[in-house]
Amino acid sequence: MQFLSPEEWTAVALSLRVAFWATLLALPLAIAVAWWLARREFWGKQLLNGLVHLPLILPPVVTGYLLLLTFGRRAPAGAWLEETFGLIFAFRWTGAALAAGIMGFPLMVRAIRLAIEAVDPKLEEAASTLGASRAWVFVTVTLPLILPGVIAGTLLGFAKAMGEFGATITFVSNIPGETQTLPSAIYAFLQVPGGEASALRLVVISVVIAMTALLLSETLARRAAKRVSGR
Amino acid sequence: MSISINLHHQFPELTLDVDFDAPAGVTALFGASGSGKTTVVNAVAGLLQPDRGRISVAGTALLDTSAGLRLPPHKRRIGYVFQEGRLFPHLSVQQNLRYGRWFAGLRGPSQAEDHLVEMLGLGALLNRRPGDLSGGEKQRVAIGRALLSEPRLLLMDEPLAALDGPRKAEILPYLERLRDETQVPILYVSHAISEIARLATTVAVMERGQLRKAGPTGDILADPSLAHAIGLRDTGALLTGRVVAHHMDGLSELAAGGGKLFLPKVPNALGEQLRVRISAKDVMLSRDRPVGISALNILDCEVSEIRPGRGPGAFVRLKAGADHILARVTKRSVNALGLAPGLSCYAVIKSVSVARADVGADVGTEASSDHA
Repeated sequence: MQFLSPEEWTAVALSLRVAFWATLLALPLAIAVAWWLARREFWGKQLLNGLVHLPLILPPVVTGYLLLLTFGRRAPAGAWLEETFGLIFAFRWTGAALAAGIMGFPLMVRAIRLAIEAVDPKLEEAASTLGASRAWVFVTVTLPLILPGVIAGTLLGFAKAMGEFGATITFVSNIPGETQTLPSAIYAFLQVPGGEASALRLVVISVVIAMTALLLSETLARRAAKRVSGR
Repeated sequence: MSISINLHHQFPELTLDVDFDAPAGVTALFGASGSGKTTVVNAVAGLLQPDRGRISVAGTALLDTSAGLRLPPHKRRIGYVFQEGRLFPHLSVQQNLRYGRWFAGLRGPSQAEDHLVEMLGLGALLNRRPGDLSGGEKQRVAIGRALLSEPRLLLMDEPLAALDGPRKAEILPYLERLRDETQVPILYVSHAISEIARLATTVAVMERGQLRKAGPTGDILADPSLAHAIGLRDTGALLTGRVVAHHMDGLSELAAGGGKLFLPKVPNALGEQLRVRISAKDVMLSRDRPVGISALNILDCEVSEIRPGRGPGAFVRLKAGADHILARVTKRSVNALGLAPGLSCYAVIKSVSVARADVGADVGTEASSDHA
């Protein structure tokens, strides 16, 4: 790479990997939670809703510290995951992905929930009278109709995951090659004399990635929306 | 019996109580809005879980709360045509049509599909999207989609209510073909007497959640005791006549009610059967054979029943040949003529509507012979 130093390139690649996995793994859960919040009345619904939104309203540093308290290697959940699955979050890139996923989760749920609420339940009823079980109704009717919302939610989640800083640096620190994502790297470069040029290059990369993701999702969403409009 | 429905459900402000059996053909659920017709249909489809009930179609139980049987909607094999069509906007017309077939395990193109596409006139629409279709086209696709899943029973909840007159007139012939050419029993919700007169084999009249009466269409529409549920204007006889002649002066002659009825020329061939409706309000009675009168349609009758109403009016049920007709006159006339069961008299019919022609047309422009 001519434009980027190896160190800078590592940060970019790590950020993409973290954001990709964070978005991919959070998406099915976000769809499920959004569906429950949009379509079901249950005890504790407001509690779940509040919990989902917590990362959005808490200071990110607080979320990061709570993650450390929960998923640190000596914390109960962290220790159990390490023993059972060999999965370690603390000070690993997986932890960065977890933090990024959790921070983007409320944004994904909000976008998808709005889309689900806009789907006419009467269409789902019609599908069930035509022989579709509840799962098939979701796959063949609900999911195609909420696709524009799902795409929008995915983009928001991905953008948040790319830009996550506070929770990540608190939870998994700023280790080059392991947990030093794009924002952490920019921050680190700005702390050392002569790092401005590196920081500026990473800023340009950030803008390019963000714009590409936005354009891609706009195109996909427009195509999906056209399909859903029935024309 | 083809359909057997027994339901009890308590709503906050309505108690639903329905119990009737119906033979094959079109069974109409008739009643004012809010009388519980749609609720019954939704319970049959499984979209509403009633407190208690038993529903069976052609011997197969779909619901039997006493035995703990409540089939979910997707296992009932019921075709449901909704008032608003409810086509899937993200699928093409053809994909909409095949949606139910796929779940019924009927894959790929089929003769049934070709036949239905032809019968409903959908050939040119197959690759279109629902958003481009007119209201009438949407409804035809919805009917095709419901039928192609090869249902045990077809439910139609006011399938024409959202359409304007000409669109209604466009769909009705398809519904008639459906009734005559398929074996699927149909449960048809409507509050339009003209649709029911044209389509229904059996009518179940509902009022405030309760079933008033169920029976053959002709009997129900001419039942004076149901006049309030059906509407005084709409109560009347439904006769089946045979076209016997087309006259040069633009009239067709029908053999019905033990005599002849003349009406403006109908397109039917000689010998064809035709349903005609005679509103009770359009029938005058005379003890002697009227002479020097412009009315052409005069039937020999025998009074079989007199039912005084709450106001000054009374319904007189008359036997005309093998048919019955109904006349609405004043109580004063009943006394003045000395009408009593068994008495012979003449019914002067001011207006005969062909059950087919007045559907979809405005009341004022209804095709009828008016010789009053």
